[in-house]
Amino acid sequence: MKKDKLRQGRIRKAPESFLDADFLNTIKKEGLNEERRSFLRKAFLAAGAATAAPLSSALAADDPNIVNIPEWSKTLGNPVGTNPYGLPSKYERNVIRRESPGLSPVPQASVAFTPLQSTFGIVTASGLHFERHHQGWVDIDPSRHRLMINGLVKNPKVYTMDDLMRLPSVSRFHFIECGANTAMEWGRVALPTVQYTHGMLSGSEWTGVLLSTLLEDAGIDMKQAKYIMAEGADGSSENRTINIENAMDDVIVAYGQNGEMIRPEQGYPLRLVVPGVQGVSSVKWLRRIEVGDKPWGAKDETSGYSDLMPDGKLRMYTSIQEAKSVITTPSGGQQLIDKGYYNVTGLAWSGRGRIKRVDVSVDGGKSWRTARLDSVVLPKALTRFNIDWVWDGSPAILQSRAIDETGFVQPTYTQLREVRGTRSVYHNNAIQSWRVDEKGWVYNVQVG
Amino acid sequence: MNAKILLPLTSSLLVVAACSPQQSAAPQAAHQEAHTEAAAMPAKVSEYTHFSGIGRNATTTEVAAWNIDVRPDFQGLPEGSGSAEDGEEIWIDKCASCHGDFGDANHVFFPLIGNTTTQDIETGQVAALQDPGKVRTTIMKVPYISTLWDFVYRAMPWNAPKTLTPDETYALVAYMLNLAEVIEYEEPLSHENIAQYQERMPNRNGITFDHGLWSVSGTPDTHNTDCMTDCTAAVEVTSELPEFAYDAHGDLVPQFRQYGPVRGWDLGLGKDSEGEAEAMDIPMDILTSNGCLSCHAMDRAIIGPAFDDVAKKYSASDAEYLTNKIYEGGSGVWGSMPMPPQPGLAEDDAKAITAWLTK
Repeated sequence: MKKDKLRQGRIRKAPESFLDADFLNTIKKEGLNEERRSFLRKAFLAAGAATAAPLSSALAADDPNIVNIPEWSKTLGNPVGTNPYGLPSKYERNVIRRESPGLSPVPQASVAFTPLQSTFGIVTASGLHFERHHQGWVDIDPSRHRLMINGLVKNPKVYTMDDLMRLPSVSRFHFIECGANTAMEWGRVALPTVQYTHGMLSGSEWTGVLLSTLLEDAGIDMKQAKYIMAEGADGSSENRTINIENAMDDVIVAYGQNGEMIRPEQGYPLRLVVPGVQGVSSVKWLRRIEVGDKPWGAKDETSGYSDLMPDGKLRMYTSIQEAKSVITTPSGGQQLIDKGYYNVTGLAWSGRGRIKRVDVSVDGGKSWRTARLDSVVLPKALTRFNIDWVWDGSPAILQSRAIDETGFVQPTYTQLREVRGTRSVYHNNAIQSWRVDEKGWVYNVQVG
Repeated sequence: MNAKILLPLTSSLLVVAACSPQQSAAPQAAHQEAHTEAAAMPAKVSEYTHFSGIGRNATTTEVAAWNIDVRPDFQGLPEGSGSAEDGEEIWIDKCASCHGDFGDANHVFFPLIGNTTTQDIETGQVAALQDPGKVRTTIMKVPYISTLWDFVYRAMPWNAPKTLTPDETYALVAYMLNLAEVIEYEEPLSHENIAQYQERMPNRNGITFDHGLWSVSGTPDTHNTDCMTDCTAAVEVTSELPEFAYDAHGDLVPQFRQYGPVRGWDLGLGKDSEGEAEAMDIPMDILTSNGCLSCHAMDRAIIGPAFDDVAKKYSASDAEYLTNKIYEGGSGVWGSMPMPPQPGLAEDDAKAITAWLTK
């Protein structure tokens, strides 16, 4: 009998009926410990297995979770400070980053995807922010970390973390999406859940110094400067060319993420955040900014992160992550627990500014309704949308369509492939379709 | 009573007061004002453009130590030289285990060399990029010789980046270019002649900057409309996950919460689920947090061998050997795919894995 067959709200016999008197007496005398809890759970499962009634809002019997006052209501709780750094509940251990088997044979050059199916709002918990490394991650001693600015500046400069954290700071919400997010779906459906199809996407509040502040402090030569190069301090020393218009606008040299220091997997103690641009440009473990008059043609802007077009030409410096959205609940690999009301929810984002509107279809794109945008709508940040849906048990195809403040409407697969074919790897922002069958199972599909 | 004792008491009372619901309206009003101001998001965050006492000028030696980038116009290229002949020995020693003797291996990374022709060297555009049947190698895509030099020097070898000298780097780049028929085996590649070999790079003309994704104000490729009703005549499902791939990402049940509006598909794979894991004493937390499951599955070989097979092969007396093997990695026991060393694994975790596998 598998635990997951059980659903809350099912009719179950009270576990006491299945427990012997000695065991109950032990619990009464000595309380519950892990062993006894586990035994109770198993007894409960056995009880549940005997009655496989569907989920019901009209319970035929009283709910033992109400009638038998639960143990947590009758015991002394844990002391303050038990966990000096708090952790999620032990019941949340299914909510973790995951790798896609076979995607990369080396775990230092791989991806761990954010479980978008299980996250709420517009902030990704720092420990769930997706990971993409090119040569492993490092944990750098902040007292030994340095940032250098050189190239077309009056004074090449060195900053310590002491220096950087004294400077005027900004805290801003921005998404980071890998340019290769949804890459495996260009040709056809390949992945079961939204974690793998869209999970190279996370949103955070980033705190740090505007890059423009540092470039001005170093005396940038604005007459000659056309590009900057950012470079990491890790083994790969990942380097990327960034437009001077971006660099002087909203790029952040960030040390903070969601109220604490950036996590090592996100570039502790210092990273670049290039809002709206594919994640590879937001160089982690940032050690150097060079100002120049020509682009650098680095490895990950030539052999990687260049988009192959149908005519065999490679597009270089494709950077902007255009408007995109995805429904996270319900989504692929899920099963709806019953007919009736659902709050369909998902995320929308655009590298060109704010999300203006999100529409949702439940008939594969024949007709659309406008969703509610939740909370704050910020430029180049995740935006949460919600919409009502009553599932009557018939098949449906759910889609969402983002529209940003430039008026750009998220494309269909047909429209995207007309221009880019199916082999360009990066920047797949097509409308995602989830098919719901009569059983309530949700499948990743593409429609034409 | 003196002030030293009073102070902590006073401050803790303040904390309690700050948490109580009886706050005056004033702080809230101030908060809202700040919020409105923030929404305007001024371009300048400070009056200052120079910050006294912060940062210092970099020394020439410091800049030289880090300023390693080489651009396509060869700005930043150090002097030196090396031929393919010089590079061969270094390649076999430091590069071949991942990239293969001829740069064409694909067992760890995408192949570096292959699928370019002498015709491509003439035209400067790789014809095979138009052929979906051809594996895309690095040399097919990369337009600049500088990119090869820059990357090898900054990031290679894989487990010891930034340890190659400029001469070794020239030799390794020459070795790769010789495999692609760009340079002769005995011809040294140097800072003096590198520009002439740039003119033989097979895909030097195969790139384009003509697109709208470079700038935030660029023109998009697609032009969907916001149609609301009768948008398509018929909806046809053109692609769907094949049934045999439903479990390619493992059991989906434990990939979702066990409560809430949905559950994961129950494909009947429950033996991997947590109840079973507990019953079999599988150290799931350790395997998950250390990334073991990205290469190993319980019951089938993926990149590495199945844990079931490892467990069959070893008994309790092999525990120490197996622990060392986990730390040091290696290849040969289960095939040629090397297991990378795991120096970051905690000792208790390594022992728990070994104890479980050798039980």
